[in-house]
Amino acid sequence: MKYADEYRDKELAIGLARAIHAKADPARAYRFMEFCGGHTHAIARYGLEDMLPANVRMIHGPGCPVCVLPAGRIDMAIALAERPEVTLCVYGDLMRVPGSRGASLLKAKARGADIRMVYSTLDAIALAEQNPSRQIVFFAIGFETTTPPTAVMIRAAEKKRLSNFSVFCNHVLTPPAMRAILDSETPIEIDGFVGPAHVSTVIGTAPYEPFARDDGKPVVIAGFEPLDMMQAILMLIEQVNDGRHEVENQYRRAVTGSGNQRAIREVAEIFELRDQFEWRGLGSIPASALKLRPEFAHLDAEQRFVMAELVVADNPACECPAILRGLKKPVDCKLFGTACTPETPIGSCMVSSEGACAAHWTYGRFRDHQRRLAS
Amino acid sequence: MSMHQRRLDLKNGCVDLSHGAGGRAMAQLIAGLFHEAFGNEWLARGNDQSAFDVAAGRMVMTTDGYVVSPLFFPGGNIGSLAVHGTVNDIAMAGARPLYLSASFIIEEGFAFADLKRIADAMGEAARAAGIAIITGDTKVVERGKADGVFISTAGVGVLPQGLDLSADRARPGDRVLLSGSLGDHGVAIMSKRQNLTFDTEIVSDSASLHDLVADMVAAGGQGIRLMRDPTRGGLAATMNEIAQQSNLGFRLLEEAIPVKPAVAAACELLGLDPLHVANEGKLVAVVAPEVADAVLAAMTRHPLGRDAADIGEAVADDHRFVQMATSFGGGRIVDWLSGEQLPRIC
Repeated sequence: MKYADEYRDKELAIGLARAIHAKADPARAYRFMEFCGGHTHAIARYGLEDMLPANVRMIHGPGCPVCVLPAGRIDMAIALAERPEVTLCVYGDLMRVPGSRGASLLKAKARGADIRMVYSTLDAIALAEQNPSRQIVFFAIGFETTTPPTAVMIRAAEKKRLSNFSVFCNHVLTPPAMRAILDSETPIEIDGFVGPAHVSTVIGTAPYEPFARDDGKPVVIAGFEPLDMMQAILMLIEQVNDGRHEVENQYRRAVTGSGNQRAIREVAEIFELRDQFEWRGLGSIPASALKLRPEFAHLDAEQRFVMAELVVADNPACECPAILRGLKKPVDCKLFGTACTPETPIGSCMVSSEGACAAHWTYGRFRDHQRRLAS
Repeated sequence: MSMHQRRLDLKNGCVDLSHGAGGRAMAQLIAGLFHEAFGNEWLARGNDQSAFDVAAGRMVMTTDGYVVSPLFFPGGNIGSLAVHGTVNDIAMAGARPLYLSASFIIEEGFAFADLKRIADAMGEAARAAGIAIITGDTKVVERGKADGVFISTAGVGVLPQGLDLSADRARPGDRVLLSGSLGDHGVAIMSKRQNLTFDTEIVSDSASLHDLVADMVAAGGQGIRLMRDPTRGGLAATMNEIAQQSNLGFRLLEEAIPVKPAVAAACELLGLDPLHVANEGKLVAVVAPEVADAVLAAMTRHPLGRDAADIGEAVADDHRFVQMATSFGGGRIVDWLSGEQLPRIC
């Protein structure tokens, strides 16, 4: 597969693994958080953990928009989809996200709610055009990467004067979540961050400068192929060894310092910051999510259907808050693999394959038994 | 009242409720369309059942339902798929398939032309497999109560003397043989789904595997512990099923598992793991190490096993993990697919 296999080359991987082993100082620990679920998935799927020294530990961050979506927003979406005039368009991975009391969009669909799985924003627009008598609502979700496509969709709906189309906006922002993790009450032991390259293709690398400058944390923006990850880890180790804390760009093939100005402008014209937004596992974070500007209120499903904000408390036994901050590992949670599995997720980390617990359960749980045997 | 009956308009006509009502219209549909397509001595006798001679040996029986969407896809349609799928379920026991039944639930308004294409494909697949569809049933439901046509089948076959393949027979040290590339059927279906438009040259691998199985059995006999066709849930589900039933684990080698570049690319785009994608013309065999080379050689000599590969081994493991050495150099679990990857793949 051209343009992908090059970044999965075993020989290069072995070379990078050797370099990491050579550079990692056995006298200290390296704890790096890969913020994004895409990175978590790559680490688990390619088995990178086996190729790193024992003192280099990857902490899986909260960067999966599906995982961090709180139960209250799912309950709101279910209530919306149960309205007889509404057809709710969602991405497939949202279907099993748990709402309160075991509810999910999948179960709501089975009970008769009109919920359609779509693969792109354009599918939702097409559905609205084909069904003028239905209210088509698009469940918009994602970090900075997926916000521009939603913006394009909103422009298209405006242009086509679609009166039966609206957006349930759940777009969230990366830097405020990283800030919340660094500022959390319990001291966080993180020596550096791997930043998501696709977010930076839009926002650039500049928004991460404060973490390097003010918090003294090295940041490396990295791609999602396994070799990208290995190289980023090596770059972080070198920064730590040198006592540097800079924002470095591993993904020069697509990321620039200032990002995609046109996309940034378009997003800014259509969306504005919410004062607060609830994150599953992290709680309420100020200025961490987007809503439609008042000029676009007529396309905002929360306004059109006067949706009441629902807040549902996370399960108190769930250790996701500590896992998302790197304080605990999935196996430290008593729900992991018992009450909480990919089939019946409870916490954010188990919700999609990009969550820390789901990735460990799906790809890595054999290592727990190996460790137990070894000890 | 005249006994004159208008001919079935196979070009422009469509199924209506009378075609399932037990009257003359139904008789005409069965005779004019299904018997025409399946053409054999049993159906010609027009009974509600068919009698056939039983060969010496143990019989196997299976049943299956087909609800694939879309009905027509690159490399086949619901009719050929129904025959291949049923034949393969029989063949995975090491058995020789003999006879099939086919029951149709048809939605009112379904075009005769499409029904004929489906029935013709079934007849053709059955003849190619050397079997006969010897009994059937037709029901018609109101518009909106089905999606075009659903097909249910049953199949019987006969086992060679002394052969007993079963998923609880794998032993540590056994080899795992895969007959060819993964994911072709699932990706072919996805490429045709109306809300997922991308062009690939991938066609479904839908095929009858009993001939390949016969060659394998000739080469490996009882040294073959078991065979499975990795349909829904893909190779990952199949290996986990076997691990559960045989109470052991597997170690697979990602590098050894064939996946076509176009399938790999489509999976990449869609965020799917080829190990979870359905196949309809592939089998996995767990075989004793001493017959592995001979069975693999027999597979690669057969056109449907040309790309066959030894992809790993069974290991003792109380946790029954299916583990895989990734081609990148790490290790991981190959888990069951969780949730629904793609509804109505077969």
